[in-house]
Amino acid sequence: MCVVCPGAGESPYLDGESKDMQDQEVIREFIVESYENLSRLDQELVELEQRPKDRELLTSIFRTIHTIKGTCGFLAFSTLEKITHQAESLLSRLRDGQCELDSHIVTLILETVDATRKILAAIEATNEEGPDRFEDLTERLRAAVSASDAEKSDRSPSEPGMGGSPVTAPEAENSEGASAGVEAAKPETDATKSSAIADANIRVGVGLLDNLMDLVGELVLARNQILQFNSEREDPALNATAQRLNLITSELQEGVMKTRMQPIGVIWNKLPRVVRDMAQALGKQIQLEMDGAETELDRTIIEAIKDPLVHLVRNSCDHGIEPPDARTSLGKPTAGKLLLRAYHEGGQVNIEISDDGAGIDVATVRRKAIEKGMLRPEQAEKLSDRETLNLVFQPGFSTAQKVTTVSGRGVGMDVVKSHIEKIGGIVDIASQSGEGTAVKLKIPLTLAIIPGLVITSGGERFVIPQVSLLELIRLESDSSEKRIEHVHGTPVYRRRGTLLPIAYLNNVLGLTSGAQADATNIIVLQAEDRQFGLVVDGINDTQEIVVKPLSKQLKGLSIYAGATIMGDGRVALILDVLGIGQRSGVLSEIREQSRTAAEQRTEFLAERKQRMLLFRTGSFQRLAVPLSLVSRLEEFPQDSIEKAGDSQVVQYRGHILPLIPLRDVLCAGEGIDPSAAPHLQVVVFHDGERSVGIVVDQILDVVEEAIEIKEKSSRKGLLGSAVLGGRVTDILDLNSILRSSGASWFKGRGSDAGKRVLVAARSPFLRGLVRCSLDMEGHRVAEAGDLDETIRILERQAVDVVLADLDLSPKGSGELIAALRAKQEWRKIPILGLTNLDGRATAASAPAPGYRELVDISDSEAVLESVARMSSNAPIPNDAAELACQER
Amino acid sequence: MSNGNTATTGAESQASSQFSTFFVDSLFFGVDVLRVQEVLLFQHMTRVPLAPHVIEGLINLRGQIVTAIDMRRLLKLPDRADGQAPMNMVLRTEDGPVSLLVDEIGDVVDLDPSSFERPPQNLEPAAREFIRGVYKLKDRLLLVLDSDRALADSAAVN
Repeated sequence: MCVVCPGAGESPYLDGESKDMQDQEVIREFIVESYENLSRLDQELVELEQRPKDRELLTSIFRTIHTIKGTCGFLAFSTLEKITHQAESLLSRLRDGQCELDSHIVTLILETVDATRKILAAIEATNEEGPDRFEDLTERLRAAVSASDAEKSDRSPSEPGMGGSPVTAPEAENSEGASAGVEAAKPETDATKSSAIADANIRVGVGLLDNLMDLVGELVLARNQILQFNSEREDPALNATAQRLNLITSELQEGVMKTRMQPIGVIWNKLPRVVRDMAQALGKQIQLEMDGAETELDRTIIEAIKDPLVHLVRNSCDHGIEPPDARTSLGKPTAGKLLLRAYHEGGQVNIEISDDGAGIDVATVRRKAIEKGMLRPEQAEKLSDRETLNLVFQPGFSTAQKVTTVSGRGVGMDVVKSHIEKIGGIVDIASQSGEGTAVKLKIPLTLAIIPGLVITSGGERFVIPQVSLLELIRLESDSSEKRIEHVHGTPVYRRRGTLLPIAYLNNVLGLTSGAQADATNIIVLQAEDRQFGLVVDGINDTQEIVVKPLSKQLKGLSIYAGATIMGDGRVALILDVLGIGQRSGVLSEIREQSRTAAEQRTEFLAERKQRMLLFRTGSFQRLAVPLSLVSRLEEFPQDSIEKAGDSQVVQYRGHILPLIPLRDVLCAGEGIDPSAAPHLQVVVFHDGERSVGIVVDQILDVVEEAIEIKEKSSRKGLLGSAVLGGRVTDILDLNSILRSSGASWFKGRGSDAGKRVLVAARSPFLRGLVRCSLDMEGHRVAEAGDLDETIRILERQAVDVVLADLDLSPKGSGELIAALRAKQEWRKIPILGLTNLDGRATAASAPAPGYRELVDISDSEAVLESVARMSSNAPIPNDAAELACQER
Repeated sequence: MSNGNTATTGAESQASSQFSTFFVDSLFFGVDVLRVQEVLLFQHMTRVPLAPHVIEGLINLRGQIVTAIDMRRLLKLPDRADGQAPMNMVLRTEDGPVSLLVDEIGDVVDLDPSSFERPPQNLEPAAREFIRGVYKLKDRLLLVLDSDRALADSAAVN
């Protein structure tokens, strides 16, 4: 759109009269249009800097400035007119090739854009231009224009026929006539060309669209109700109408949703400018790439992610990408790369902000977290790298070494997270120290109408947002193969080989369970990146639902995401999957489990906190065994016990499970008949193919506590006593019990205090067993399941002794030795080979090369003794160790 | 839904003299007539598991979801007898309508500000929190409900 200026300053609307209503309207339109133009200008100018020769771009920029100048001449905004006029003069010289574009000029023009914005804001607020006259900027623009003219006059002798300074000088002073006149003619052809587009588009107030969206929401509800009526009666006419209504409503809904959709490019447009300014201010070179700018999102969501996005980009520029010299010395390209990517995936939009900068150092994050008192050192040790990185989203966390002028502005990372989560999105961060950082946002497309699964539980209907839904599982009650099992009292379901924690919706919500159904329905849900199964009474169908917020009185309930109105006109609550998971404990449970499984195993347990299973047998009222060793608790009827040789066995899951009556081991001769109880309580231990059951009188409880042996026991089958749950408890020595029973098992055990021992064995059970006795002796134990893990732990932590299963590496025991001898500082570490007499009876007599000693895993005394010996002569001379290796 | 002049403060309510009245157990209440949006017969209610005790459920009021608060529970009175359906008295609030479940709806009465008095000190503490004052009518006393306090309080219990 181009406004032809009727001559500088002489506006027919001037005359000092106050602007009337019509004028107001004109000004409003001018402001709206100018803002649009300016945001385009930002992007174009940055592009121009890359491609200074692009005439088309230059012309477009010129035209934008010219339009603004023209309109404010018309409306008598003199300051703005002066600035834009100078900028226009400068641009016209650029366009005509009279001067070269450099970053100084781009900065000047960008400043002009900023000044224009400021003035527009003032006009919007007060109808006046505001007190700032921007004389300095005008002057600098004028200087630049003169400089370009001087440059030109310098060159003019060699360019005969181009016209000298006498011609250009007046043009610079008084370009309204000249340049505006020329321009007025040219853009008009453009205007006629673009008018077709202008005619096809109208501006609509956002309020109106929001209102429409609300109405469509109501209509969807009414439609659902009509459909329900229709299904209840047999009326062909009603049926036809209902179907039609259904169709039209869906289309209308889709259409109205589309009107609210905006490409994410709307907010990306300003990022090139942000990046450029940051790069200039920080003296860095940053190349911004954007991919998927056309990806559309609901405008409320666009609004909501604007600030977080800008912040993440600024963060990448400021803390991510290194200064050019640092990059060069690292062998990276001088210009850092910042990539923005947006794409649809599974009904959500993913936005990635990645850079190839310094990345985040996990160790630094850990240290900072400890320094700031957010974590205790031992907690920090247990966090995975990923969990550690996500600490940067905690309030008050900053790893920046220094505060720069650009950092610390706007929102912090914690606010980014809370903003994104508020709209149902997820933030995740991945970083490789030295290689870059990638932040990924997962954003829902819209918030107003979502697909949901309607379920019933305890006689009530609930809706589960489809986004969180992974799959539905139906277990017929007669299929005994697939069922919900219990691990330490926690219900789990075996889903394709992995255990899925289960929550019962009725229990979570405190509802009375409906009539015993003939099948169990499990809804597999995803909250954050964790999965759990929710058992419900019935699954109805999926529906488009309109999310309505809950009133203030119910806002505190994190288990609901809102409410909706169903087809029959009644209200149904929408479940908040994350809230349900947290309330039922399955989510924290998973965290717990994944930690015990993945990390706790690999880290030294500073506090040596363990979960212990408590039970009772004979005169021993309180016995305990580490829960990590227990695979399951079972109950067998007395009459299912069979005799095999002199031992008791029971048929269990298609195998024969040997049973060890603990009473016989511990309380031999107490003489109470154990067969009095109709059922045997059995604690099942399991390792690979082998299982064994220990018969106890009664299972009591599970406690989680740091174990400190108060008194060592000389009694066979007991390690000693400790205080657990406030009462003295005897700790079972599983090794000796299994051995005494003659059960042919694994082997293992040892003794001395306070050494850092790394137990490397493939079998978790073996590790647990060895760990248990080492723990009892006061050693700090780390566990590794394979060679790679062993190396990782050694790289991270100091270790005094390595206890390695000879079967650790599939390529043979030599591989471990070779790996451990690879580093100078590891050569001192003594390696004990764990043998398993079961499989390799001969191994004990001939230690493999490189192992200091071989010990029988089943002989816990021997293991402890060997460990003690190794640690007591710990500082082994380097050459001695070498020698030892060579000798063997 | 709510507009500025309906959100009354304590000072205003003493100036306004029209009250919608209702009964809860043996108590006779009044609430500023301008705050009352409408009165409904008992509606189907969706229970909200784990919600505060005083919240009876959610009702669909022409497409709007309205929380219903049981006045008896709020005032720590015994529950209604079986078969006695409560009435909904829907009040306007700043964040949408809220329904109070009451036993019976009374008339709209015009009251003389001079008969207003502060709540008596010996009033049941459970009730005193929500009562702004008392109007001395000819044959009985009318308790003026402080609906803001009542609604805020029902949110606080969780």
